[in-house]
Amino acid sequence: MAGTFELEVATPDRLLVREQVTDAEAPGRNGYLGILPDHAPLLTELAPGILTYTTAGGKRSVVVGGGWMEVLPTGVRVLATVAENPNEIDLKRAEAALDRAERRLKESGEMDIPRALAAAERARARVAAAAQFGR
Amino acid sequence: MPSLIDFRRRIRSVKNTQQITKAMKMVSAAKLRRAQEAVLAARPFANMLGQMLGNVARAAAGSDAVKELPLLQQRESVKKAVMVVISADRGLAGAFNSNVNRGAQKFMQEQAGVTFEIESIGKKGRDYFRRRAFSISGDHQNFSRKPVYADVAAVAAKVSQRYAAGEVDAVYVAYNEFKSVMTQRLQVEQVLPVPLAESADTTEYIYEQPAEVLLASLLPRYVEVELWRSVLESTASEHAARMTAMDAASRNASEVIERVTLQMNRVRQASITREIIEVVSGASALK
Repeated sequence: MAGTFELEVATPDRLLVREQVTDAEAPGRNGYLGILPDHAPLLTELAPGILTYTTAGGKRSVVVGGGWMEVLPTGVRVLATVAENPNEIDLKRAEAALDRAERRLKESGEMDIPRALAAAERARARVAAAAQFGR
Repeated sequence: MPSLIDFRRRIRSVKNTQQITKAMKMVSAAKLRRAQEAVLAARPFANMLGQMLGNVARAAAGSDAVKELPLLQQRESVKKAVMVVISADRGLAGAFNSNVNRGAQKFMQEQAGVTFEIESIGKKGRDYFRRRAFSISGDHQNFSRKPVYADVAAVAAKVSQRYAAGEVDAVYVAYNEFKSVMTQRLQVEQVLPVPLAESADTTEYIYEQPAEVLLASLLPRYVEVELWRSVLESTASEHAARMTAMDAASRNASEVIERVTLQMNRVRQASITREIIEVVSGASALK
Protein backbone atom coordinates (compact mmCIF):
# COMPACT_ATOMS: atom_id res chain seq x y z
CA MET A 1 0.00 0.00 0.00
CA ALA A 2 1.87 2.98 -1.25
CA GLY A 3 -0.52 5.56 0.16
CA THR A 4 -1.16 8.85 -1.52
CA PHE A 5 0.28 11.40 -3.93
CA GLU A 6 -0.33 15.06 -4.49
CA LEU A 7 -2.67 16.11 -7.29
CA GLU A 8 -2.62 19.68 -8.53
CA VAL A 9 -5.04 21.02 -11.10
CA ALA A 10 -4.37 24.56 -12.31
CA THR A 11 -5.90 26.78 -14.98
CA PRO A 12 -4.51 30.13 -16.17
CA ASP A 13 -6.70 31.95 -13.69
CA ARG A 14 -6.77 29.72 -10.63
CA LEU A 15 -5.47 26.72 -8.77
CA LEU A 16 -8.48 24.42 -8.65
CA VAL A 17 -7.21 21.38 -6.78
CA ARG A 18 -4.24 20.73 -4.53
CA GLU A 19 -4.92 17.58 -2.54
CA GLN A 20 -3.51 14.28 -1.42
CA VAL A 21 -5.23 11.58 -3.44
CA THR A 22 -5.02 7.79 -3.64
CA ASP A 23 -5.81 7.53 -7.32
CA ALA A 24 -6.75 9.64 -10.32
CA GLU A 25 -8.19 9.03 -13.74
CA ALA A 26 -7.54 11.56 -16.46
CA PRO A 27 -8.86 12.01 -20.01
CA GLY A 28 -5.65 11.56 -22.02
CA ARG A 29 -5.55 12.48 -25.69
CA ASN A 30 -5.29 8.76 -26.49
CA GLY A 31 -7.91 7.63 -23.99
CA TYR A 32 -8.51 7.74 -20.26
CA LEU A 33 -5.61 6.73 -18.07
CA GLY A 34 -5.56 5.82 -14.40
CA ILE A 35 -2.76 6.96 -12.10
CA LEU A 36 -1.87 5.23 -8.85
CA PRO A 37 0.87 6.23 -6.40
CA ASP A 38 4.45 5.66 -7.64
CA HIS A 39 3.48 5.82 -11.27
CA ALA A 40 6.43 6.21 -13.66
CA PRO A 41 7.05 9.77 -14.92
CA LEU A 42 4.67 10.44 -17.77
CA LEU A 43 3.65 13.30 -19.97
CA THR A 44 0.50 13.55 -21.99
CA GLU A 45 -1.81 15.96 -23.62
CA LEU A 46 -5.32 15.88 -22.19
CA ALA A 47 -8.53 15.86 -24.16
CA PRO A 48 -11.69 17.55 -22.90
CA GLY A 49 -13.25 15.20 -20.37
CA ILE A 50 -13.78 14.36 -16.74
CA LEU A 51 -10.92 14.00 -14.31
CA THR A 52 -11.86 11.86 -11.30
CA TYR A 53 -9.80 11.31 -8.18
CA THR A 54 -10.19 9.81 -4.73
CA THR A 55 -9.35 11.73 -1.60
CA ALA A 56 -9.76 10.75 2.02
CA GLY A 57 -13.17 12.38 1.76
CA GLY A 58 -14.35 10.25 -1.16
CA LYS A 59 -14.51 10.41 -4.93
CA ARG A 60 -14.39 13.82 -6.61
CA SER A 61 -14.28 15.06 -10.14
CA VAL A 62 -13.57 18.12 -12.21
CA VAL A 63 -14.25 18.82 -15.85
CA VAL A 64 -11.19 19.77 -17.87
CA GLY A 65 -11.36 21.38 -21.29
CA GLY A 66 -8.07 19.98 -22.52
CA GLY A 67 -4.54 20.64 -21.32
CA TRP A 68 -1.53 18.65 -20.21
CA MET A 69 -0.71 16.23 -17.44
CA GLU A 70 2.69 15.58 -15.98
CA VAL A 71 3.22 12.64 -13.65
CA LEU A 72 6.30 13.17 -11.50
CA PRO A 73 7.74 11.14 -8.63
CA THR A 74 6.53 13.92 -6.33
CA GLY A 75 2.97 14.08 -7.63
CA VAL A 76 0.69 14.74 -10.54
CA ARG A 77 0.21 18.11 -12.17
CA VAL A 78 -2.65 18.88 -14.46
CA LEU A 79 -2.45 22.09 -16.44
CA ALA A 80 -5.87 22.62 -17.91
CA THR A 81 -6.82 25.33 -20.36
CA VAL A 82 -10.21 25.39 -18.64
CA ALA A 83 -11.43 23.44 -15.63
CA GLU A 84 -14.54 23.54 -13.50
CA ASN A 85 -16.13 21.77 -10.59
CA PRO A 86 -19.23 19.92 -11.79
CA ASN A 87 -21.48 22.08 -9.63
CA GLU A 88 -20.20 25.21 -11.40
CA ILE A 89 -21.39 24.06 -14.77
CA ASP A 90 -24.26 25.91 -16.32
CA LEU A 91 -26.06 22.96 -17.93
CA LYS A 92 -28.26 25.11 -20.13
CA ARG A 93 -25.30 27.05 -21.45
CA ALA A 94 -23.30 23.88 -22.06
CA GLU A 95 -26.20 22.29 -23.92
CA ALA A 96 -26.66 25.40 -26.01
CA ALA A 97 -22.94 25.43 -26.82
CA LEU A 98 -23.07 21.78 -27.82
CA ASP A 99 -26.05 22.43 -30.02
CA ARG A 100 -24.36 25.37 -31.69
CA ALA A 101 -21.14 23.47 -32.27
CA GLU A 102 -22.95 20.49 -33.80
CA ARG A 103 -24.97 22.70 -36.09
CA ARG A 104 -21.80 24.42 -37.26
CA LEU A 105 -20.21 21.08 -37.99
CA LYS A 106 -23.16 20.06 -40.13
CA GLU A 107 -23.19 23.30 -42.06
CA SER A 108 -19.38 23.29 -42.18
CA GLY A 109 -18.64 25.36 -45.27
CA GLU A 110 -16.36 28.23 -44.38
CA MET A 111 -16.35 27.31 -40.67
CA ASP A 112 -13.19 26.52 -38.83
CA ILE A 113 -13.68 22.76 -38.47
CA PRO A 114 -11.01 21.97 -35.85
CA ARG A 115 -12.27 24.80 -33.71
CA ALA A 116 -15.90 23.68 -33.93
CA LEU A 117 -14.84 20.11 -33.18
CA ALA A 118 -12.93 21.21 -30.10
CA ALA A 119 -15.88 23.30 -28.95
CA ALA A 120 -18.23 20.36 -29.39
CA GLU A 121 -15.86 18.14 -27.45
CA ARG A 122 -15.65 20.60 -24.58
CA ALA A 123 -19.40 21.10 -24.46
CA ARG A 124 -19.99 17.33 -24.50
CA ALA A 125 -17.65 16.88 -21.52
CA ARG A 126 -19.47 19.56 -19.59
CA VAL A 127 -22.90 18.13 -20.32
CA ALA A 128 -21.75 14.63 -19.39
CA ALA A 129 -20.27 15.83 -16.12
CA ALA A 130 -23.35 17.81 -15.21
CA ALA A 131 -25.55 14.82 -15.98
CA GLN A 132 -23.36 12.43 -14.02
CA PHE A 133 -22.84 14.48 -10.90
CA GLY A 134 -26.07 16.42 -10.77
CA ARG A 135 -26.30 19.88 -9.42
CA MET B 1 -0.63 90.38 2.08
CA PRO B 2 -3.43 88.02 1.03
CA SER B 3 -6.77 88.79 2.58
CA LEU B 4 -8.88 86.45 4.69
CA ILE B 5 -11.06 85.66 1.71
CA ASP B 6 -8.05 84.52 -0.31
CA PHE B 7 -7.08 82.13 2.45
CA ARG B 8 -10.60 80.70 2.68
CA ARG B 9 -10.66 80.15 -1.06
CA ARG B 10 -7.32 78.36 -0.98
CA ILE B 11 -8.46 76.08 1.84
CA ARG B 12 -11.64 75.22 0.03
CA SER B 13 -9.78 74.38 -3.16
CA VAL B 14 -7.32 72.14 -1.37
CA LYS B 15 -10.19 70.41 0.40
CA ASN B 16 -11.86 69.69 -2.90
CA THR B 17 -8.69 68.20 -4.27
CA GLN B 18 -8.32 66.13 -1.15
CA GLN B 19 -11.78 64.70 -1.58
CA ILE B 20 -10.89 63.56 -5.06
CA THR B 21 -7.62 61.98 -4.00
CA LYS B 22 -9.35 60.25 -1.11
CA ALA B 23 -12.01 58.85 -3.41
CA MET B 24 -9.40 57.67 -5.91
CA LYS B 25 -7.51 55.98 -3.12
CA MET B 26 -10.63 54.13 -2.03
CA VAL B 27 -11.47 53.02 -5.56
CA SER B 28 -7.93 51.80 -6.12
CA ALA B 29 -7.99 49.90 -2.85
CA ALA B 30 -11.11 48.04 -3.95
CA LYS B 31 -9.72 47.30 -7.39
CA LEU B 32 -6.39 46.32 -5.91
CA ARG B 33 -7.96 43.57 -3.86
CA ARG B 34 -9.50 41.95 -6.92
CA ALA B 35 -6.37 42.39 -9.02
CA GLN B 36 -4.23 40.96 -6.25
CA GLU B 37 -6.39 37.86 -6.00
CA ALA B 38 -6.23 37.42 -9.75
CA VAL B 39 -2.45 37.58 -9.89
CA LEU B 40 -1.99 35.25 -6.95
CA ALA B 41 -4.36 32.76 -8.58
CA ALA B 42 -2.53 32.96 -11.90
CA ARG B 43 0.97 32.38 -10.57
CA PRO B 44 0.77 28.61 -9.91
CA PHE B 45 -0.25 27.79 -13.48
CA ALA B 46 2.50 29.97 -14.95
CA ASN B 47 5.13 28.44 -12.69
CA MET B 48 4.00 24.89 -13.30
CA LEU B 49 3.85 25.42 -17.04
CA GLY B 50 7.37 26.86 -17.04
CA GLN B 51 8.67 23.87 -15.11
CA MET B 52 6.86 21.36 -17.26
CA LEU B 53 8.20 23.01 -20.38
CA GLY B 54 11.72 22.96 -18.98
CA ASN B 55 11.41 19.27 -18.08
CA VAL B 56 10.17 18.24 -21.51
CA ALA B 57 12.66 20.38 -23.38
CA ARG B 58 15.56 18.99 -21.37
CA ALA B 59 14.39 15.42 -21.67
CA ALA B 60 13.98 15.78 -25.42
CA ALA B 61 16.91 18.11 -26.08
CA GLY B 62 18.72 15.63 -28.34
CA SER B 63 15.96 15.21 -30.86
CA ASP B 64 16.22 17.01 -34.19
CA ALA B 65 12.48 17.47 -34.42
CA VAL B 66 12.61 19.48 -31.19
CA LYS B 67 15.41 21.70 -32.47
CA GLU B 68 13.25 22.51 -35.47
CA LEU B 69 10.50 24.06 -33.35
CA PRO B 70 10.37 27.72 -34.32
CA LEU B 71 9.67 29.12 -30.86
CA LEU B 72 12.76 27.45 -29.37
CA GLN B 73 15.25 28.41 -32.05
CA GLN B 74 18.00 30.72 -30.92
CA ARG B 75 19.02 33.17 -33.62
CA GLU B 76 22.75 33.61 -34.06
CA SER B 77 22.62 37.38 -34.13
CA VAL B 78 19.75 39.41 -32.79
CA LYS B 79 19.13 42.40 -35.03
CA LYS B 80 15.48 43.14 -34.56
CA ALA B 81 13.47 42.62 -31.41
CA VAL B 82 10.07 43.42 -29.99
CA MET B 83 9.62 44.97 -26.58
CA VAL B 84 6.20 44.44 -25.08
CA VAL B 85 5.74 47.34 -22.67
CA ILE B 86 2.93 46.94 -20.17
CA SER B 87 1.89 50.27 -18.69
CA ALA B 88 -1.33 51.84 -17.45
CA ASP B 89 -3.95 53.63 -19.51
CA ARG B 90 -4.17 56.41 -16.99
CA GLY B 91 -1.78 58.46 -14.93
CA LEU B 92 -1.85 59.60 -11.31
CA ALA B 93 -0.22 56.40 -10.17
CA GLY B 94 3.04 57.75 -8.78
CA ALA B 95 6.14 56.44 -10.48
CA PHE B 96 4.31 53.47 -11.99
CA ASN B 97 4.34 54.49 -15.64
CA SER B 98 7.65 56.29 -15.77
CA ASN B 99 9.20 53.34 -13.98
CA VAL B 100 8.29 50.83 -16.66
CA ASN B 101 8.86 53.22 -19.55
CA ARG B 102 12.30 54.33 -18.43
CA GLY B 103 13.28 50.81 -17.49
CA ALA B 104 12.31 49.49 -20.89
CA GLN B 105 14.13 52.32 -22.63
CA LYS B 106 17.28 51.76 -20.59
CA PHE B 107 17.20 48.04 -21.34
CA MET B 108 16.81 48.72 -25.06
CA GLN B 109 19.73 51.15 -25.08
CA GLU B 110 21.93 48.58 -23.41
CA GLN B 111 21.35 46.06 -26.22
CA ALA B 112 23.82 47.43 -28.71
CA GLY B 113 23.06 46.84 -32.37
CA VAL B 114 19.48 45.72 -31.82
CA THR B 115 16.60 47.62 -33.38
CA PHE B 116 13.54 47.51 -31.17
CA GLU B 117 9.90 47.81 -31.97
CA ILE B 118 7.39 48.59 -29.27
CA GLU B 119 4.29 46.47 -28.78
CA SER B 120 2.49 48.58 -26.28
CA ILE B 121 -0.14 47.43 -23.81
CA GLY B 122 -1.46 50.53 -22.10
CA LYS B 123 -1.78 54.09 -23.31
CA LYS B 124 0.95 55.67 -21.24
CA GLY B 125 3.66 53.46 -22.68
CA ARG B 126 2.54 54.17 -26.21
CA ASP B 127 2.54 57.92 -25.60
CA TYR B 128 5.99 57.82 -24.05
CA PHE B 129 7.63 55.88 -26.87
CA ARG B 130 5.79 57.72 -29.59
CA ARG B 131 7.16 61.01 -28.29
CA ARG B 132 10.64 59.51 -28.45
CA ALA B 133 10.13 58.34 -32.02
CA PHE B 134 10.35 54.62 -31.42
CA SER B 135 8.65 52.47 -33.99
CA ILE B 136 5.45 51.06 -32.56
CA SER B 137 4.21 47.79 -34.02
CA GLY B 138 1.10 47.50 -31.94
CA ASP B 139 -1.01 49.47 -29.51
CA HIS B 140 -3.45 47.80 -27.11
CA GLN B 141 -5.56 49.61 -24.58
CA ASN B 142 -8.13 48.97 -21.90
CA PHE B 143 -6.47 45.75 -20.72
CA SER B 144 -6.04 46.75 -17.12
CA ARG B 145 -9.65 47.63 -16.39
CA LYS B 146 -10.66 44.00 -16.53
CA PRO B 147 -7.98 41.80 -18.08
CA VAL B 148 -9.39 39.32 -20.60
CA TYR B 149 -7.34 36.25 -21.45
CA ALA B 150 -8.36 36.25 -25.12
CA ASP B 151 -7.04 39.82 -25.61
CA VAL B 152 -3.67 38.92 -24.18
CA ALA B 153 -3.59 35.67 -26.15
CA ALA B 154 -4.06 37.68 -29.35
CA VAL B 155 -0.97 39.76 -28.56
CA ALA B 156 0.94 36.57 -27.77
CA ALA B 157 -0.13 35.01 -31.05
CA LYS B 158 0.99 38.09 -32.93
CA VAL B 159 4.50 38.23 -31.49
CA SER B 160 4.90 34.43 -31.73
CA GLN B 161 3.92 34.51 -35.35
CA ARG B 162 6.33 37.35 -36.11
CA TYR B 163 9.11 35.49 -34.35
CA ALA B 164 8.38 32.23 -36.14
CA ALA B 165 8.31 34.04 -39.48
CA GLY B 166 11.76 35.46 -38.78
CA GLU B 167 10.61 39.09 -38.78
CA VAL B 168 12.09 39.56 -35.33
CA ASP B 169 14.85 37.71 -33.50
CA ALA B 170 13.73 38.15 -29.91
CA VAL B 171 10.76 39.26 -27.84
CA TYR B 172 10.99 40.86 -24.42
CA VAL B 173 8.38 42.05 -21.97
CA ALA B 174 8.72 44.95 -19.51
CA TYR B 175 6.25 45.25 -16.64
CA ASN B 176 5.94 46.11 -12.98
CA GLU B 177 5.98 42.98 -10.88
CA PHE B 178 3.62 43.01 -7.92
CA LYS B 179 5.76 42.33 -4.84
CA SER B 180 3.48 43.84 -2.24
CA VAL B 181 1.23 46.85 -1.88
CA MET B 182 4.24 49.00 -1.04
CA THR B 183 6.72 47.61 -3.55
CA GLN B 184 6.44 46.97 -7.25
CA ARG B 185 9.58 46.02 -9.09
CA LEU B 186 10.41 46.56 -12.73
CA GLN B 187 10.97 43.34 -14.63
CA VAL B 188 12.36 42.95 -18.12
CA GLU B 189 12.12 39.35 -19.26
CA GLN B 190 12.85 37.46 -22.42
CA VAL B 191 9.77 35.76 -23.83
CA LEU B 192 11.10 34.47 -27.14
CA PRO B 193 13.09 32.42 -27.82
CA VAL B 194 11.56 30.64 -24.84
CA PRO B 195 14.17 30.63 -22.08
CA LEU B 196 14.53 27.22 -20.47
CA ALA B 197 15.30 26.91 -16.80
CA GLU B 198 18.64 25.23 -16.17
CA SER B 199 18.55 22.13 -14.06
CA ALA B 200 20.86 19.17 -13.76
CA ASP B 201 18.36 16.38 -13.29
CA THR B 202 16.47 15.14 -16.28
CA THR B 203 13.56 12.78 -15.83
CA GLU B 204 12.96 9.99 -18.28
CA TYR B 205 9.34 10.31 -19.27
CA ILE B 206 6.89 7.99 -20.84
CA TYR B 207 5.46 10.06 -23.67
CA GLU B 208 1.90 9.50 -24.70
CA GLN B 209 2.63 11.79 -27.62
CA PRO B 210 6.05 12.48 -29.16
CA ALA B 211 7.96 15.20 -27.30
CA GLU B 212 7.94 17.55 -30.26
CA VAL B 213 4.16 17.31 -30.52
CA LEU B 214 3.81 18.13 -26.84
CA LEU B 215 6.24 21.02 -27.12
CA ALA B 216 4.53 22.36 -30.20
CA SER B 217 1.32 22.75 -28.20
CA LEU B 218 2.99 23.83 -24.95
CA LEU B 219 5.17 26.60 -26.36
CA PRO B 220 2.49 28.93 -27.74
CA ARG B 221 0.54 28.44 -24.56
CA TYR B 222 3.61 29.34 -22.54
CA VAL B 223 4.01 32.64 -24.38
CA GLU B 224 0.33 33.43 -23.75
CA VAL B 225 0.54 32.60 -20.09
CA GLU B 226 3.75 34.60 -19.57
CA LEU B 227 2.12 37.68 -21.06
CA TRP B 228 -1.12 37.01 -19.19
CA ARG B 229 0.70 36.82 -15.88
CA SER B 230 2.66 39.97 -16.73
CA VAL B 231 -0.55 41.84 -17.48
CA LEU B 232 -2.09 40.71 -14.18
CA GLU B 233 1.07 41.63 -12.26
CA SER B 234 1.04 45.03 -13.91
CA THR B 235 -2.65 45.58 -13.16
CA ALA B 236 -2.20 44.78 -9.49
CA SER B 237 0.90 46.99 -9.37
CA GLU B 238 -0.96 49.84 -11.04
CA HIS B 239 -3.71 49.87 -8.44
CA ALA B 240 -1.23 49.49 -5.61
CA ALA B 241 0.90 52.35 -6.95
CA ARG B 242 -2.14 54.57 -7.42
CA MET B 243 -3.41 53.81 -3.96
CA THR B 244 -0.07 54.70 -2.40
CA ALA B 245 0.24 57.85 -4.48
CA MET B 246 -3.28 59.00 -3.64
CA ASP B 247 -2.73 58.28 0.02
CA ALA B 248 0.37 60.47 -0.02
CA ALA B 249 -1.55 63.18 -1.88
CA SER B 250 -4.39 63.13 0.67
CA ARG B 251 -1.93 63.42 3.52
CA ASN B 252 -0.10 66.24 1.81
CA ALA B 253 -3.41 68.06 1.32
CA SER B 254 -4.08 67.80 5.07
CA GLU B 255 -0.70 69.36 5.75
CA VAL B 256 -1.35 72.20 3.34
CA ILE B 257 -4.74 72.88 4.93
CA GLU B 258 -3.17 72.98 8.37
CA ARG B 259 -0.46 75.39 7.28
CA VAL B 260 -2.80 77.74 5.45
CA THR B 261 -5.25 77.73 8.36
CA LEU B 262 -2.45 78.78 10.68
CA GLN B 263 -1.46 81.62 8.36
CA MET B 264 -5.06 82.69 8.05
CA ASN B 265 -5.49 82.85 11.82
CA ARG B 266 -2.30 84.86 12.18
CA VAL B 267 -3.51 87.40 9.60
CA ARG B 268 -6.90 87.63 11.30
CA GLN B 269 -5.29 88.14 14.69
CA ALA B 270 -3.04 90.86 13.24
CA SER B 271 -6.00 92.76 11.86
CA ILE B 272 -7.89 92.50 15.16
CA THR B 273 -4.85 93.79 17.03
CA ARG B 274 -4.55 96.68 14.60
CA GLU B 275 -8.18 97.63 15.06
CA ILE B 276 -7.85 97.59 18.84
CA ILE B 277 -4.81 99.86 18.61
CA GLU B 278 -6.78 102.22 16.41
CA VAL B 279 -9.67 102.31 18.85
CA VAL B 280 -7.40 102.80 21.86
CA SER B 281 -5.35 105.52 20.22
CA GLY B 282 -8.49 107.24 18.95
CA ALA B 283 -9.94 107.23 22.48
CA SER B 284 -6.77 108.60 24.02
CA ALA B 285 -6.63 111.41 21.43
CA LEU B 286 -10.04 112.60 22.66
CA LYS B 287 -8.84 113.03 26.23
